[in-house]
Amino acid sequence: MNPYSASIPVSWQGSNLAFWVITALVLLSAAGAAVSRSIVQAAFCLFFTLIGMAGYYVLLGSGFLAITQIVIYVGGILVLLMFGILLTNRPLQREQKGAGWLYLAAGVIGALLLFGVLARIIGTGPWVEVQNLTEPKSEVHVLGKLLITKYLLPFEVAGMTLLLCLVGAAYLVRRRER
Amino acid sequence: MNNPILTCALLIFLLPLAAYVVLALFNRRIPRRGDWLATGVLGVCLMLSLYVFYAVLQTPKPLLVNVTFDWLPMQVGKAIAGGLMVDRLTAVMLVVVTLVSLLVYLFSVKYMEGDVRYGRYFTCLLLFSVSMLGLVLANNLLYLYIFWELVGLSSYLLIGHWFEKKSASDAAVKAFITTRLGDVGMFIGVAICYFQVGSLHYADVFAAVETGGLAGSWRTIAGLGLFFGAMGKSAQFPLHVWLPDAMEGPTPVSALIHAATMVAAGVYLVGRLLPVFDPATLLVIAYVGGFTAIFSATIALVQDDIKKVLAYSTVSQLGYMILALGVGGYVSGLFHLTTHAFFKAGLFLGSGAVIHAMHHEQSLSKYGGLRHKMPYTALFYLLATLALAGFPCFSGFWSKDAILADALGFAMVHPAHAFLPFAGFATVFLTAFYMFRQFFLTFTGKPRDHHAYEHAREAPWQMLVPLIILGSLAVVGGGFGQWFGAMNPKRSGIEQIRSFSEDGYSNPFTVKALEQADAGAAPASHAGSSEHAASTASTASTESTASTPETRREGTNTDGHGPDTDRRGGRALTVEQEAAHKAHYPAMALSTLLGLGGILLGALMYLQRRDGTTALNPATPATRFSAVYRLLWNKYYLDEIYMAGFIMSTRALSRLIALFDRTVIDGVVNFFGWFGVLWSFLVDLADRWVVDGLGVNGSARVVGYAGEKLSYTQTGRVRQYLVLMIAGIVILSGLCVLAFWGS
Amino acid sequence: MNSYIAIASDYLSKAAHFLGLTSDHPAGLHLYLIVAAILFVLGLVACMARRNAIGILIGIELILNAAILNFMAFWRFRGGMETDAATMAGPMFGIFVMILAASEAAIALAILLNLYFNFGTVEVDSVHQMKR
Repeated sequence: MNPYSASIPVSWQGSNLAFWVITALVLLSAAGAAVSRSIVQAAFCLFFTLIGMAGYYVLLGSGFLAITQIVIYVGGILVLLMFGILLTNRPLQREQKGAGWLYLAAGVIGALLLFGVLARIIGTGPWVEVQNLTEPKSEVHVLGKLLITKYLLPFEVAGMTLLLCLVGAAYLVRRRER
Repeated sequence: MNNPILTCALLIFLLPLAAYVVLALFNRRIPRRGDWLATGVLGVCLMLSLYVFYAVLQTPKPLLVNVTFDWLPMQVGKAIAGGLMVDRLTAVMLVVVTLVSLLVYLFSVKYMEGDVRYGRYFTCLLLFSVSMLGLVLANNLLYLYIFWELVGLSSYLLIGHWFEKKSASDAAVKAFITTRLGDVGMFIGVAICYFQVGSLHYADVFAAVETGGLAGSWRTIAGLGLFFGAMGKSAQFPLHVWLPDAMEGPTPVSALIHAATMVAAGVYLVGRLLPVFDPATLLVIAYVGGFTAIFSATIALVQDDIKKVLAYSTVSQLGYMILALGVGGYVSGLFHLTTHAFFKAGLFLGSGAVIHAMHHEQSLSKYGGLRHKMPYTALFYLLATLALAGFPCFSGFWSKDAILADALGFAMVHPAHAFLPFAGFATVFLTAFYMFRQFFLTFTGKPRDHHAYEHAREAPWQMLVPLIILGSLAVVGGGFGQWFGAMNPKRSGIEQIRSFSEDGYSNPFTVKALEQADAGAAPASHAGSSEHAASTASTASTESTASTPETRREGTNTDGHGPDTDRRGGRALTVEQEAAHKAHYPAMALSTLLGLGGILLGALMYLQRRDGTTALNPATPATRFSAVYRLLWNKYYLDEIYMAGFIMSTRALSRLIALFDRTVIDGVVNFFGWFGVLWSFLVDLADRWVVDGLGVNGSARVVGYAGEKLSYTQTGRVRQYLVLMIAGIVILSGLCVLAFWGS
Repeated sequence: MNSYIAIASDYLSKAAHFLGLTSDHPAGLHLYLIVAAILFVLGLVACMARRNAIGILIGIELILNAAILNFMAFWRFRGGMETDAATMAGPMFGIFVMILAASEAAIALAILLNLYFNFGTVEVDSVHQMKR
């Protein structure tokens, strides 16, 4: 028995299993997204990863973010990626492994090293955990209020950014005279 | 300034000075270049001098004006004083100088007409007049020296008037350098006086001599030094070589400067400072004078240039004056100075008239028979010549005779110095001979250069009038002699000091000297110089000792001549004076005889008879004693000796020094210069290689190289960039972790 | 063989302890952090290993997701949910990151399409015109 489990609400205690399941999903699909051979496969794996992330957000207490994740990431970005794949999919070019394996090797080594670093940081950090307990009352309400008051500037800037990206993207892919 | 004499004296000095300044600055802009201003000013000065002379005659006081003032205040010690004085000697000199100057200026107006540097000529003449008047008016050795030098400078400027002629500029330099040599000695004398006495006033120096402050070898050296200066100025052997060459200057200049005034300055100095010279020095003076007189007369025998004859004659006559002063004939020497000024200036102006008439032909061999063409000139020239030759009753006769009497008297007392009167008398004969040789060759006989003779005319009035005046003075100036003796008795040092102090001059030296004299104590330098009765006894006691001219300087009078003046002042005469008095008539007789003999010989050799020949052929002695003739003609090769001896050695020395300067000193300088060049070369090398090459270009090259090599990283491959980025992140974070591993 | 397994499992359990992957721990902060780290690393590998430009984009999305997860974990386990006036930093950050990810994905696609239209391929290896 850990010292914390007494204060954990019951509803959370089943989260262990959920956590491990989602973890397995996320990690496996992420690995697939990283190393799968075709780009479509990678996109599919990414799909599952994103779903898994949404599950994580639920576990971490923010259902809003989970839904937002699904809507934006899966429903937006992934779709965009899919479109991109569709539009640019050439009949299979033989993937020259000869040229690319060096980068892969270098990447793996570097990634492993980086993981080592990160793990060291995480492992040695004096993380103070607070298992807090109350569910937020009305998440959306609070978020909305905060957006208008505390996070007004980032909100506006984000809006501006979106507008700029919209315009920029539209400009970048405008039809040109051939 | 309530003393009119002082006013006159100051005006006499300042008016020509003002005229000089005006002419120096503005002579080009005033009409006739200001000759009227110069002549007018000198005329005024003559008037003033005559007034002063008159005043001097009126008063029994020996010293009329003595003004001393602090001229140069010094930080340490006493201020240097300056001052002027007017006593009887001054008055006489003033008249002589201004009179001869005025006549020469008048003569120059015509003689130098149309000259290219007319204005400069009169400017320099004025400078000379200022200097000469200042010299005569000075009452201390400093001013004397200053004006002495100025007179020398004016002489240089005037001799070199036609400086485009190399002979003229060379002569000017020679005159200046030779007199400068004498001035070195004079400066030594003045310096010794200053350091021994502490003051340069005549009275103080005399007082020092009296009280023994300036005695012994210091006094001798000082005296010799001062006399050396006089030798230079008055052209005594061996510093006489400049005077014949000075004839390169215009003839009026020769008349003024080199006959009457500047060369007389040496004689004036000796006369003025007579108490300073000790007996040994006086002997030296006498011998120098005597030797010069006869030496230069021999050279004058064979000269061809009319002016050169007169130049050597001047040297010879100056020797006379110096001789007179050396044997103690103060009055006779200075009297001869005044008479010589008159007749020599007259002779020079007359020769100027002749030269002018003969179109600047100066050679005697081209003259002849000019008395028909220029009768007045001839007449007055004859008068002056007779005066110079010592023809009886002319002024020169009286003065020369006085000198000869003094010399003879001296020799009678000191038989060892018989050379002195011998030289004097021999010179009388020689002088008469060469002067009449000149006269006969010029004015009598048949003309030798007919072309020039045709064009000869009598001189214009501006040239004749001075000649007439001077010729007349040459005749009647002898009567002056009595005055001279009465006016200017040779006074002892004590008497002069006393006269200074009566005029109010007082100084510790003079006070002490007077105290000593009054106390009757015998001063170190004298054998009893106290006044009145004591002197007779002491002079009598010194009679038997190996007497020196010293004893003659007792406070007694001597005068020119005349039996009734020897007891003036009631003092007894010294031995030499007695002897001189006794020798007077024999001297007169002998000199007359010799003079007439010289004239006769001259007439025999040069006066042409009716048929154009002379009784004695002048060529005969010339060929028979040709060696002697050549010796005389070449002035005893003295110029050549000087050239070889002094000038060549000086040049060699200066060449040696120049060599040293060029090789050693310049070598050192060049070494440092080479060093600097080397250094700059090295610096340049460093700059080019290190700074430019390494620093500037090197860094640029390094950057370029590095950039070129680094640009290979820009492959354009995205994945490679990614990998590198990741590698960088990994390394950085790894380093951070490693850095904080312990914590 | 058993000994190797034993050694290997020994090391594994040490690592698990080290990483906090033990069963008596509930899902704690550092677990989530580990997962986020793994996701991050996998995203990096995807970036580097994929030749297709879209594959690189997928990798970037993975990285971004790992970041959001990190933030959420910290929010959850460091007291972000305590009060009523909650800071809501976690979800807020998540929202903004998603906004940015979306806009970035849009632009990336635009560039990608340009790339495709200009070079006819989306493989980054064949596009290295901007070399020295």
